[in-house]
Amino acid sequence: MDGYIAQQLLNGLILGSMYALVAIGFTMIYGIIRLINFAHGDIVMIGAFLTLGLVISGKISFPVIIILVFIGGALMGILIERVAFRPMRGAPQVTGFITSLAISILLQNLGILLLTAQPRNFFCPDYLQTIYHFGPVSLRAIDLGIVVTAVVLMIFLVLLVRFTRLGMAMRATAENLNVARLMGININHTIMLAFAIGSGLAGVAGMMWGGKYGQIDPLLGFVPGLKAFVAAVIGGVGSIPGAMLGGYLLGFGEVLFVGLLPPIYSSYRDAFVFTTLIMILLVLPNGLLGRKTEEKA
Amino acid sequence: MDMLEIRDSHVYIGQTYVLKGVSLEVRHGEIVALIGANGAGKTTTLSTISGLTRSRRGKILFRPDPDTTQRDITKAPAEGIVKMGISHCPEGRQVFSDLNVWENLLIGAYLRKDKQAIQSDLQWVCELFPILRDRRRQSAGNLSGGEQMMLAIGRALMSRPRLLLLDEPSLGLAPLLVETIFEMLEQINAQGTTILLVEQNALMALELAQRAYVMETGQITLSGTGMELAENEAVRKAYLGAT
Repeated sequence: MDGYIAQQLLNGLILGSMYALVAIGFTMIYGIIRLINFAHGDIVMIGAFLTLGLVISGKISFPVIIILVFIGGALMGILIERVAFRPMRGAPQVTGFITSLAISILLQNLGILLLTAQPRNFFCPDYLQTIYHFGPVSLRAIDLGIVVTAVVLMIFLVLLVRFTRLGMAMRATAENLNVARLMGININHTIMLAFAIGSGLAGVAGMMWGGKYGQIDPLLGFVPGLKAFVAAVIGGVGSIPGAMLGGYLLGFGEVLFVGLLPPIYSSYRDAFVFTTLIMILLVLPNGLLGRKTEEKA
Repeated sequence: MDMLEIRDSHVYIGQTYVLKGVSLEVRHGEIVALIGANGAGKTTTLSTISGLTRSRRGKILFRPDPDTTQRDITKAPAEGIVKMGISHCPEGRQVFSDLNVWENLLIGAYLRKDKQAIQSDLQWVCELFPILRDRRRQSAGNLSGGEQMMLAIGRALMSRPRLLLLDEPSLGLAPLLVETIFEMLEQINAQGTTILLVEQNALMALELAQRAYVMETGQITLSGTGMELAENEAVRKAYLGAT
C-alpha cells in the first residue's frame, strides 16, 4: 500500500509539473494586463504538434527540441498579443476575455482544418520510454524528464524575475502600468515578454503532455488550459510562486482523489477540482499567495 | 528662454473635457507651483506633460538646458519623455510595493546605463533621505506614508531629471513631515533641478515657489510670483482660508 501511495504521489508530481508550467503563463499574463487568456491552453496544443512535427521531420535531439518548442510557443504568444490583445488594450476586462475565447476557438478550428481532428500518435524515442524501478515505484524516463525540465525552467524564471533588470521591470509593470511608464519602462516590450515567456512554457508543457499521454489532437489544449486556470486561481492569480504551488497542489490532489477512492468515483475528478477551487476561494478569496487588492491610502 | 512651455493644451479624459486651453511656462532653475481646488485639472496637466495623457490640441515644448534646442514633446511616448529629462512623481506616492526600497530607487534609473553615476546618485538620495538607506531591504509596501513619499521623490530623482514634476507631496502627511519634505525640495532645487509642483496646500506652495499659477475648472485663472498670489485677495479667500 505504501508503494502504491508513493507511486500516486509521483504521478501527482508529474501532472503538477505540467499544470504549473501552464499556470505560470496564465498568471504572468493576468498579472501584467489583467487578462484572463483562455487561448493559453491552445498554445499547449500548438507545442505538442510542433514537437511531433520536429520529431518526424528529422533527427533533432530532444533537448534541442525543447528549446525550439519554447521558441515556437513564445513566437505564437507574441503574435497573438500583437494582433489580438494589443488593439484591445484599455478596453474593459470582458472584452479581452471574449477576445481570448475567440482566439481559442480560432486556434482549435485552424488545428482541425490543417491537421484533421483525428488523434495522432505521439512519437518518443525509445530511450525516453525506458522504465526505471526505484523500490516500489516505477517511472519512465520521460516522466523524469518532465519533472526535471519543469523544475529547471521554473528556477530560471524565478531567477529572471527576482534578480534581473528585466524581471524588475516586469514586476513593476505588473503592479502599476502607468507608473512603470513614468520610470521609462516600455510597457509594450514588458507585456510582449510576459506573453513570450508564458507561451513558451505552455509550448514546452504541450511537448510533455504529448509524451505523457501518447496521443494528441487539436482540441487537447482545453483541459490543461482549464486546469492551469484553476491552479493559477488557487495559488493567487498574478503570483508566479502561487501558480507553481497551485499547479502542484492540483496535480497531487487530482491524482490522490482518483487513486485513493474506489474506482467508480474517478470520473468525478473534474468535479473534485472545481469543488476544491470553490472551497479555497471561500476561505482565501485572493488565493493562497495572492496579493491583497486593497491599497494603502 | 523657457524650459517648459505648454501652449493652449486641450485634454479630454474619456468624454470629459478636462483641460480647456491651458498655457504655462517653467523657466530653468525655478520652482513653479500650480494650485487649485480638487478636479481643476492640476494632475491632468502633469500627466499631459509626462505623456500619460494626450492633448487633443495644443503643444508642449521642452528645452532640457538653456543652451539646447527646444523640442516638441507633445506626441512623445512617456518613456521618451523620461529620457529627455522630465521625471514625474505621481499623486499618492505610488511606490512599487512588491519591490524593496533599493529596487524602487534602481528602477527610477531604469533608462540609465552609467552604473557608477547611478551608485553615486543612490548615495545622494540617501543623504537627502537617510531613512531610505536604513530600510533598503524592506518592501516599499511596508513603509509609512512619509517614508513612501521620500521614496517616491528619491525614485523620481534617480533618472537625473532636469525638470521634476511633483504631484501633491503633502497629501496625507503630518504637518511636521510636510515641512521636512518641502525643505528637501528647496535643497533639490538649489542643486539644480527645476520643479513644477502641484499642491493643495497653497500656503506652503506659494511660500516655496518663485512663481505660481492658479487653476480653476480646466483653465489657468491667475498667475504671478508666489508672493503676489499669496497676497491676492481672491486667492486668500479661496485657498488660504482668509475671511
